[in-house]
Amino acid sequence: MALHLRSSSSKSAFVNILRHNLCFGFGSPSHATRHLRRNLPHDAPIRVSQNPISRLCNTMAEKLSSIGGHEDASNQVMDFPGGKVTFTPEPQFISESNKERVPCYRVLDDNGQQITNSQFVQISEELAVKIYSDMVTLQIMDNIFYEAQRQGRLSFYATAIGEEAINIASAAALTPEDVIFPQYREPGVLLWRGFTLQEFANQCFGNKSDYGKGRQMPVHYGSNKLNYFTVSATIATQLPNAVGAAYSLKMDKKDACTVTYFGDGGSSEGDFHGALNFAAVMEAPVLFICRNNGWAISTPTSDQFRSDGVVVKGRAYGIRSIRVDGNDALAMYSAVHSAREMAIREQRPILIEALTYRVGHHSTSDDSTRYRSAEEIEWWNKARNPLSRFRNWIESKGWWSDEAESDLRSRIKKEMLEALRVSEKTEKPNLENMFSDVYDVPPSNLREQELLVRQTIKSHPQDYPSDVPL
Amino acid sequence: MSAILQGAGATTALSPFNSIDSNKLVPPSRSSLSVRSKRSIVVAGSDGIKSFGSGLITRRSEPLIANAVATKGENAATSTLSKPGHELLLFEALQEGLEEEMDRDPHVCVMGEDVGHYGGSYKVTKGLADKFGDLRVLDTPICENAFTGMGIGAAMTGLRPVIEGMNMGFLLLAFNQISNNCGMLHYTSGGQFTIPVVIRGPGGVGRQLGAEHSQRLESYFQSIPGIQMVACSTPYNAKGLMKAAIRSENPVILFEHVLLYNLKESIPDEEYICNLEEAEMVRPGEHITILTYSRMRYHVMQAAKTLVNKGYDPEVIDIRSLKPFDLHTIGNSVKKTHRVLIVEECMRTGGIGASLTAAINENFHDYLDAPVMCLSSQDVPTPYAGTLEEWTVVQPAQIVTAVEQLCQ
Repeated sequence: MALHLRSSSSKSAFVNILRHNLCFGFGSPSHATRHLRRNLPHDAPIRVSQNPISRLCNTMAEKLSSIGGHEDASNQVMDFPGGKVTFTPEPQFISESNKERVPCYRVLDDNGQQITNSQFVQISEELAVKIYSDMVTLQIMDNIFYEAQRQGRLSFYATAIGEEAINIASAAALTPEDVIFPQYREPGVLLWRGFTLQEFANQCFGNKSDYGKGRQMPVHYGSNKLNYFTVSATIATQLPNAVGAAYSLKMDKKDACTVTYFGDGGSSEGDFHGALNFAAVMEAPVLFICRNNGWAISTPTSDQFRSDGVVVKGRAYGIRSIRVDGNDALAMYSAVHSAREMAIREQRPILIEALTYRVGHHSTSDDSTRYRSAEEIEWWNKARNPLSRFRNWIESKGWWSDEAESDLRSRIKKEMLEALRVSEKTEKPNLENMFSDVYDVPPSNLREQELLVRQTIKSHPQDYPSDVPL
Repeated sequence: MSAILQGAGATTALSPFNSIDSNKLVPPSRSSLSVRSKRSIVVAGSDGIKSFGSGLITRRSEPLIANAVATKGENAATSTLSKPGHELLLFEALQEGLEEEMDRDPHVCVMGEDVGHYGGSYKVTKGLADKFGDLRVLDTPICENAFTGMGIGAAMTGLRPVIEGMNMGFLLLAFNQISNNCGMLHYTSGGQFTIPVVIRGPGGVGRQLGAEHSQRLESYFQSIPGIQMVACSTPYNAKGLMKAAIRSENPVILFEHVLLYNLKESIPDEEYICNLEEAEMVRPGEHITILTYSRMRYHVMQAAKTLVNKGYDPEVIDIRSLKPFDLHTIGNSVKKTHRVLIVEECMRTGGIGASLTAAINENFHDYLDAPVMCLSSQDVPTPYAGTLEEWTVVQPAQIVTAVEQLCQ
C-alpha cells in the first residue's frame, strides 16, 4: 500500500510511517480502513496494537493526500478531524453545478450501430440472443398483462415498457448468487433468472401457486431461490436492505454482490441517502442502479431534484458512479459488468444512473397523458425504443432475422395467453393463509381470530367470495 | 411463537434434567433461507407446567418472591434458584446473553451507533468488538432507518442481527422499516424470507433526560403484525429474554429501561432462556392482581411492602411480554383475585395499559368484581425539571391508594 506523504525532512514523520506499516500487518485494504476515533496530528505518539483487527491503529497515514510541493504560507495544511485540508485565502464557493453535465456512456447509436471507438464488454451470440429474446418477452408480457387489467381480468399492473434494456441487460451481467433488491419495475431481472411466465401470472392472479401465497398485489414478485427479494411497495426501503445483505456477503467473503434498483423519485427518499452513506462507510459490495426514467408518477425530474441527475450524488457519499444510456443494452451490460467486478474485488458500492424514459403509465391506476403529451410518449416508444436499437445490432451481426422475430413473438404470445388462462382457473390459496406466516407459528390470538372469521363465514356464506377455498 | 397451553394443568412426562446442555442445540442452518429448525425440547421446572414452542427452552421462575431490586431494609437480590450463581448488573447480564449467543452462533451480529469499540452508550456491547471484530459488532452512521433496514436485509440473507437503538425513542425514525418491512416481509413473501432480527435499546423516563429521550413508545409498535415485543426488568430475565429473542425466528423488539441497567442480581451459571411469551409471577397473592412491567415493577413491589403491612395480599405479575400478552397467566390470576390494577409508565392514552385493559375486559369480564384500573403517566411530554418529572411517573403511594380503593 503506497503511503503518499508530503515531502518533509522530519525524521519523526518517517518513523511514524514505519509504525503505520506495522499496523497494516494484514495488508488487506478492508482491514486497514478502520478509522481511529480521535484524529491525531501525524506526529503524536501512536499505540500499535498486536491484534491485527484492532481498531487502535492510527489510519491517519491513509488520509495524507499527495500534496507535493513545499511547505509555505500558501500551501499550509491543517489536521482537522477527517483529514488534512489546504487553506485558501479567498472564499471559494463550489458551484451548485458543473458547466457540463456528466456525460453518458453509450455504445450503440440511436439506430443500433456500434459507435466507433466505443469500449464495451464483448458478448457471445448466445448471450446477445438471450438478452434480446428476454427483452421481447418482457415487452410482450407487460403488454398482455396490461391489457388483461384493462379487460378486468387482473386487478392491477405496472409495466416496465421502455426500460427493457435496463432490466435484462443488467440482469445478464450478474450471476445467480448476486442478491436483487428491486423497487417494482424490474421483473425482467426475474425473467432473466428463469422465472416463468406462468409464475409471473400466478403472482398477479394471487392463486395458490403464487410463492407469495396470494397476499400481495400484482407485480410484487419475490423468489428466494432466484435471490430476488420480495417487492415491498414502499419507495427506497430496499436500499438499506441491500446494504445489509451486502454486509452479510462481505462477512462471508462471498464472490457476490447485492444489486438494488430504484427510480429518480426514489433518490429523494431519506433511505437513499442513508443507504448510500452506509454502503460507503461499510465498504459494502452493492450496486445502486437508478432507473432515471424522467417521471415519478406525474412529477418530472425537474421537480424532483436540482442536481445533475442522480449520478453526481454518488460523489457526495464517496461512491464511484457512472451515467449510462439505459436504453442501450450493450452499454448497460458493460457498465453493470464492470461495476460488479469493482464492487466485489474492491469491496465498495457503485452507483449507476441509467437514463431512460418511462413509456408506460406509472401503473394501471394512472393515465399519464394527463401530465405529458402523447407525442412525447410515442416518440420514445418508437424512435428511442431500446429493443429496436439492440435488434439492429444483433441483426447486423447476422444473429437475428425477421423470421426469428416473428417466431419468437408468436411463441411468447401464445405462452402468455396460456399462462393467463391457467392462472385464472387455478384455485386461490385457502383462508388459512390469511393467518399463517405472520409469525413462524400462529399465536393464540391469530388462531382465535381465524376461528371468528370462519364462524362469521358460516353464518353469512353469501358474503364470502366463492373462489377462495376455506 | 409457542402455542401457549391455555388452562393446561396436566403435567407431561418430562426428562429429569434441570439444566440445558447447550451442545445439544443445533445452530440454525445458513444454507437455506427458508429452513427454520423446529426443535421441541421440554425442560423440567418447578411447577411442571410447560410451554411447547418452536425450539425455545423455557424455565418458569419459581413461585417465590424474586427480588431484583433492594428495597430499603431487604437483602439484595435473592437468586431464583437453589444453587448459587454469579452476581452481575443488568447491563452485564444483557451483555453476557449477547456474548453467549454470538459465541454459539456465528451469524449473530450487532449493529448500531457507538456499539463497537465504544462499547455502546449503556455498555451493553462492551468488549464485544474486541472479541468478535468490528464487522460483527458494527458501528453505523446516524440513520436509524438505514441501519434498521440494513439489519433486515442482512437477516434475509441468513444473519441474525441485533440492532441497537441508542434510545428507543429513536426507533421512531426506523418505524417505516420496522412496520413495512420487518413485520411484513415474512408474510408478503409467502414465507420465503425470514427476518430474525432483535431490535433493542433503552427507553422509559430516566433522570432528567428531557422529553425526547424519555419516550415510552412500546404501544406504538403494538399494532404491527408480525413482530413480538418483550420488556426486561431484572438481570435474570434480561439475559434470558435477550437469548430467546436472538434465537427466535420472528422479529423481536426488546425494551430495556434506562434506570434499570445497574440493578444487581445473582443469576444462574448454567445456560437458560426465558420464554418470550410468558409473564413472570413476582409475588403471588389473593386480594388483587397488579400487572406491570419494566421499571414500574419496582414501584409496585415497593408499594406491595406497604400494602402487606396494611394487611393486603397483592399478586404482582410482571407481564414481560407486551405482544402478545400472556393472557394465560393473567387470566389465572384474575380468576383468583377478581380485581385488577395495571401500573405502567406509558401515557394514559393508547398505552400498553389501554390495550391490556381492553383485553382483560373482553376475556375475563365475568371474573371481575371491580372495573380494571390503570395507573399511567399523564399525556404530557416529560418535563425536564426533576420534581415535575417525578410527578409524571406513577409513584408507590399512588399504587397503594389505588389498591385500597379497588379492594373496598
